[in-house]
Amino acid sequence: MEHHVLSVKTYASVYAALLVLLVLTVVAANFNFGTFNIVVALIIGVTKAVLVILYFMGVKFGTRLIWLWASIGFVWFVLLFLTLGDYITRGSVIGW
Amino acid sequence: MAATTVEPGALRERRTALHENYLNVKHTVASWLLTIDHKRIAVLYLVSISFFFVIGAAAAGMVRAELTSHNGLFLTNEGYNKAFTIHGIIMVFFFLVPAIPATLGNFLIPLMIGAKDLAFPRLNLLSWYLYISGGVLALSALFLGGVDTGWTFYTPYSSIYSNTNVVIMILGIFLAGFSSIATGMNFIVTIHKMRAPGMTWFRLPLFVWAHYATSLIMILGTPVVAITLLLVVVERTLHLGIFDPALGGDPVLFQHLFWFYSHPAVYIMIVPGMGVVSEIMACFSRKRVFGYTFVAFSSIAIAVLGFFVWGHHLFVTSQSMYSSMVFSILSFLVAIPSAIKVFNWTATVYKGRIWFTAPMLYAMGFIGLFTIGGLTGLYLASLAIDVHLTDTYFVIAHFHYVMVGGQIMAYLGGVHFWWPKISGRTYPEGIAMLAAVVTFIGFNLTFFPQFVMGYQGMPRRYHIYAEEFQFYHILSTAGATVLGVGYAMPAFYLLWSLRYGKLATANPWGAVGLEWMTPSPPPTHNFEDTPTVTWEAYAYRSDVEEEAQADRESMPGLGEAVEEEAELDRREGRTPPEFGGAPAGD
Amino acid sequence: MSAEAVHAEHGLEQHVGVQYSTIEQQNESYIVGMWTFLVTEIMFFGALFLALTIYRSLYPAEFSEAHHRLDKFLGTVNTFILLSSSFSMALAVRYAQLGQRKGLIAMLLVTVLFAAGFLGVKSIEYGTKFEHHLFPGPSFDFNYEEREKQGIAEGGMAARGEEQAAVAGPIGLETNRTTGPVLEDRKQMFFVLYFAMTGLHAIHVLIGMVVMLVIILLAAIDHPAVRDYIPIEMAGLYWHFVDIVWIFLFPLLYLIGH
Repeated sequence: MEHHVLSVKTYASVYAALLVLLVLTVVAANFNFGTFNIVVALIIGVTKAVLVILYFMGVKFGTRLIWLWASIGFVWFVLLFLTLGDYITRGSVIGW
Repeated sequence: MAATTVEPGALRERRTALHENYLNVKHTVASWLLTIDHKRIAVLYLVSISFFFVIGAAAAGMVRAELTSHNGLFLTNEGYNKAFTIHGIIMVFFFLVPAIPATLGNFLIPLMIGAKDLAFPRLNLLSWYLYISGGVLALSALFLGGVDTGWTFYTPYSSIYSNTNVVIMILGIFLAGFSSIATGMNFIVTIHKMRAPGMTWFRLPLFVWAHYATSLIMILGTPVVAITLLLVVVERTLHLGIFDPALGGDPVLFQHLFWFYSHPAVYIMIVPGMGVVSEIMACFSRKRVFGYTFVAFSSIAIAVLGFFVWGHHLFVTSQSMYSSMVFSILSFLVAIPSAIKVFNWTATVYKGRIWFTAPMLYAMGFIGLFTIGGLTGLYLASLAIDVHLTDTYFVIAHFHYVMVGGQIMAYLGGVHFWWPKISGRTYPEGIAMLAAVVTFIGFNLTFFPQFVMGYQGMPRRYHIYAEEFQFYHILSTAGATVLGVGYAMPAFYLLWSLRYGKLATANPWGAVGLEWMTPSPPPTHNFEDTPTVTWEAYAYRSDVEEEAQADRESMPGLGEAVEEEAELDRREGRTPPEFGGAPAGD
Repeated sequence: MSAEAVHAEHGLEQHVGVQYSTIEQQNESYIVGMWTFLVTEIMFFGALFLALTIYRSLYPAEFSEAHHRLDKFLGTVNTFILLSSSFSMALAVRYAQLGQRKGLIAMLLVTVLFAAGFLGVKSIEYGTKFEHHLFPGPSFDFNYEEREKQGIAEGGMAARGEEQAAVAGPIGLETNRTTGPVLEDRKQMFFVLYFAMTGLHAIHVLIGMVVMLVIILLAAIDHPAVRDYIPIEMAGLYWHFVDIVWIFLFPLLYLIGH
């Protein structure tokens, strides 16, 4: 595995970006996008998470195997939400 | 280069193996309890798992004895609830989940891939201590009076109303779950990173593929049940009632989260067994497994698809009808990869040179019983039929057919098949085959009547029942007694063989695989030099004999010792099996 | 694990275990192993995120009202603290990769301080919640704070009883999203999730702190185990994961409402 050492500048830039996104998170919360509130929040959150994963956790320069395992968790996390399918469709048919 | 030097003739003159191996290298208690050798850890697991099996079986004995009378015999209602609960908990979490992976998997995976140990040996030891700690907690809960919630811990009974030792029991299961996760992590990294040169993915034994798939499930599913059960503990102790209806909580959410793991868990239990069967079938048909790629990918398919079907345990709850329909269709789909395996095993045996031994009998029993169990699963996957069959003995019979008729037979088959490798001794074949037959008969007598009475409406988890079912229950209990005898027999003769059994050669079955190319038992570091693999996974043909000869020569001393053994066998009138060639006695 | 080979490069020292053939194989194995562990952690927290999603969509009004009781300012401060701790942790790993022990210890200390700060803020938050009877259980009283301001003595269960509204009907998004009284107990459910999720997260922060302190101690005595950068990188992965969980917890619990 390549022994990639990132520069302080790279880390600092990512940190700065994360802080900007934090400000954005708080600012966006003051606006009401209706049902899109959560979508906006998640998009910002995912961007932050991706920055942390790629740079702070070193996945950008990792091997394919590391990429695989870094992604599997999030994919499977989404699978849990198949449960929502039950809650969303309850009460849709009279008597069930 | 240190050679495993074995003087010709020396093997026969001693009661114990002369060569230094993982068993005799050190005898202190500390060298066992602080070992990081995957083979010793496998033996530690073998002993402890057998211990828990006995406890779970005793609980089953209590259940079956109680059921011989239709209006209660010696257990109160609560006592009966506790009996089937402890049976389920011990058998699922402390026996079936770790049985094959932690014993056979731990022992064989490094050998099969040509590695000197797993990727994380100390994590391996930790996993055993987690298992033991969990077991101690579970036994404590048992001695403090047991638990009466069923192994499924449904809320709000488990979280609010039950007065039994739920918290301690759950904490025990929690620790066992982490043991499972540690094993899964170890196997995944090992199989990815530690394969010997030339051991490509598609030259791996199917046993290894099966364990990779199993490890995927362990990693992806176990944490969900861990947090879910932890939430029950938190609800009981801190009143954080996520499942409490009084707070708007949904008890069905518990069921969703519980089964999100527990359904894939049944694949954790069966897929390693399928891996064992592939190995046994190939060896005792003297043929490569038909459709290797299909079988390999079917293990992965089962692991993945198994995560999409949990809702079939919630058909009769308030789960929505549309959701149920989706889960029903997906449950039908997950049967397909299993069926692919059964077809491929059958095709493997076809036109093979079949050699009947105890492992082969167990494997054949597996295929028949697993097929019945699996097909009855399809009945239960059909929504309309499930409404009538759910929570009846039909369900109990279904899962015992796959878990006991399937998994336990595969486990026993595997233990017998690799016994010479693990212990350095051979077991008495005649008695072993008898035990396999007794087990098969006892099993069917126990569980087939349960299909019938379940279909006729006998509910599960009841000990006071309508008199019309008593006949079936008595048959079932009689069968359970026979089954118990069938399980006890290997305990006796396998232990007997440790002292009085014939010394095993490196490859008593003439099987193909790296594990058969080290001495029995293997030395601590498995291989003196990392082997280079140039042959396909199940190269059971005589033209591979030359390559096999070359490989034997690469292990100094072993080749001579094996040949000396063979010569002694010939003088004494026994025809030894040839590597990948004709079976013994041909 | 006996050392068969020592791989050394600019101040680093890595021992290759018996079961490995090259240092690259060992390094990648440990990192992948850590990632498989993080996958289990994702699924561990995942169930709680699922529960939050389900209950929030079932009881939007109650959850909205309840979440206003959380201190957005303190939540933002804590997010800033954790992001900064991730930065210092990344720098610590970098020092470890370069074999610079002093820089490693310094950055780890900074990270530990940030973590302690996080837990300090959390305990302030939890403290006010307990004071205002917002911890779930028999003492839960959503309107305690207001009643206190109005000078009404603790009415306890009786006072709360007047505020309970009867509930009927199945749990389904349709039937609950329409009209109906706002139910006090559903607000308690918000706090159940709040304490369960942030509590579990705080435990993970604490564990991370302990791990970092152990590494600091070992590095201070120049123990061979931490002359290898891999243990620090593994700790870093864990720490960044804890940060990511909070990155999602913060908006979902503190900020989103209708």
